[in-house]
Amino acid sequence: MTKDNRNSNRFHISRRHMLAAIGTGAGVMAMPWIARAADDNIRIGFPTPLTGPFAAEAKDQVKSAELAVKQVNDKGGVDGRKVELLVRDDKLNGGEAATRTLELIEKDKVHAIVGSLSSAVQLAVNEVTRARGVLYVSISQSDTINEIKDFSKYTFHEALNPTMTTAAVARHSFKKGTKVAHLVADYAYGHEMLRGFKRAQAAIGAETVGEIMHPFGAADYSTFMPRLRSMRPDILCISNFGRDQANSIKQAVDFGLKQSAKIVVPVLLHNQRLAVSPEVFEGVVGGSNFYWGLESTVPSAKAFNDAYRAANGGAIPTDYGAYGYTGVMSLLQAMQAAGGTDTDKVIAALEALKYDVAKGPQYYRKCDHQSVQSVLVLESKKKADMKGDSDLFSIVANEAPSEQVLRTCAELGFPT
Amino acid sequence: MDTELILMQLFSGVALGAILVITALGLSIIFGMMGVVNFAHGALFMVGAYAGLWVASLTGSFWWGLLVAPVMIGVFGMLIEFVLIRRLYGRSIDDPLLLTFGLSYVLVEGVRIVFGSDGIPFPTPSLLTGVVDLGVGFFPIYRIFVVALVFAIVVLLWLGLEKTKFGLIVRAGSRDPMMMRVLGVDISKVWLAVFGLGVGLAALGGVLAGPMRSVNPEMGALVLAEAFVVTVIGGLGSLVGAIIAGLLVGVVISMTALFAPEMATIVMFALMAIVLLIRPQGLFGKLA
Repeated sequence: MTKDNRNSNRFHISRRHMLAAIGTGAGVMAMPWIARAADDNIRIGFPTPLTGPFAAEAKDQVKSAELAVKQVNDKGGVDGRKVELLVRDDKLNGGEAATRTLELIEKDKVHAIVGSLSSAVQLAVNEVTRARGVLYVSISQSDTINEIKDFSKYTFHEALNPTMTTAAVARHSFKKGTKVAHLVADYAYGHEMLRGFKRAQAAIGAETVGEIMHPFGAADYSTFMPRLRSMRPDILCISNFGRDQANSIKQAVDFGLKQSAKIVVPVLLHNQRLAVSPEVFEGVVGGSNFYWGLESTVPSAKAFNDAYRAANGGAIPTDYGAYGYTGVMSLLQAMQAAGGTDTDKVIAALEALKYDVAKGPQYYRKCDHQSVQSVLVLESKKKADMKGDSDLFSIVANEAPSEQVLRTCAELGFPT
Repeated sequence: MDTELILMQLFSGVALGAILVITALGLSIIFGMMGVVNFAHGALFMVGAYAGLWVASLTGSFWWGLLVAPVMIGVFGMLIEFVLIRRLYGRSIDDPLLLTFGLSYVLVEGVRIVFGSDGIPFPTPSLLTGVVDLGVGFFPIYRIFVVALVFAIVVLLWLGLEKTKFGLIVRAGSRDPMMMRVLGVDISKVWLAVFGLGVGLAALGGVLAGPMRSVNPEMGALVLAEAFVVTVIGGLGSLVGAIIAGLLVGVVISMTALFAPEMATIVMFALMAIVLLIRPQGLFGKLA
């Protein structure tokens, strides 16, 4: 899939080079209609970590983003122009992501960037897009990207943010006096989730009995387990992502922690549940932006699932995958409304946009460009209750979109 | 900080160390006997985990996977030696190093193509699930099993190398291969067997790690680094060194996790630096 994109892109570049050569060589003899056809495409850069521990989620993002592009192109494109998705591997590395993003902007002349799966990497992408004045729709959770320090008018945050996710999860799993132990990945994502949970705990009156920072990408968590157990928590709250989630939950269960505490995660990942087993994840509660099971109540989720199934041999879309779709779709809808790719017009259109493409109504809040949307709380099903291989979670709560769960614009540092 | 917690932490360290020992042993045997720095060791660890999973799913039993996969991958290791590495003997140390480095990429990509890049569940065998009360706290039965198995293998390996004729030839061959040839021993057959043994140990480590960690194509990368650190601390090529250093690194990581958890990964590299400063040849290494 990625290879195809690279190939088509290489062809595209060589064609443009060729045109440039013809243009200079023949002077006035250039063929304007071909030149326009080549340059008329709307190009969207899509950096995502195709290799490394988040590869499963990244591949799903690409599939979903490609589906959005295909659907728009099938309907005649945006304002009559075809849309192209240029996927790049950011290797889950901020430096790599910044380089690829710069290339996409300088060399491939993209009109906007959508993507990045890691909170730390998305901030690196945001630095570049902000400096170059290119639109960036971020599809990874971050709190700081909404704050005035990292924010720019070019930055839109389609993903949920840690404040929203943790508040919803805490509301449905913590009570007053609950004792919570935290195991946290030692990087931006973990820190922001921990901060979110503590904020939510303070509101509820739950108590922190201890917190442990673990190195990002650790393979063995056994050495943290005796101390977590000695904290005697009612809830073990594990704030990490990707394979770290699967590994740490598995080892916590191996050490018998689930017998005395409930395991709660900020984001319950579809692919990580598949990477382990229903027995291990049984009863684990966590937040989510999307679960395919929404299709029984939300019409746009049904339409998205059906289109995805048709395009991917019956496979269902996943949580972080869905961000690829909602992120690209909202951008393309705004471009359609703006009548083209003029950055300022698209920004205005995004700010005014009301969209419902996969999970119910959404819109970008004006001050920080955070997508206001529903937040799901999921619980991993017992094997006996699963109706099929993909019947993974039950929806504990589907909180309606509300600016109430966000930090206020003033709190984020915006002038009010 | 109570003693019970410290004892539990100590035991976690030993269990962690057991996995380090088994992978570092394979690496150390191959280097010690053949002078080959096997950069594909981590990838072979990963391939071993997949092979174990594959055999276990075919037969429906973890035990067959544990038994068959290391042998299977060990034979595959011999094939690698016969087809690839053999051609590089007598050249500088970099050549087999680069070859195995490339091989590791091929193996990882190969597994990605066949099994996909997502993690695959590897359930703990039902006989070994659950926890047992050690008196100071609860500990997973599976990890205790791993410690016991690794201990048994270390003893067997030691007996094999010290008490058998094959062991004698291997040890002599590592000292002076030319003399062995003069004495009429076909040293190439010995090296074939040694490489197979080393790779089989890596694969065994992979199968053992499967039920504890998720099985994925990148699982060998971190293990390779750990195995090298352990071998360097213990002394390149020293089997005793690999065993002691493996346990030491496990315990040091575990104790660090208790007091400064975010340092848990870095601490083994710090330990390596300290050891290299004081004893450049490693704890049990011979001076070159």
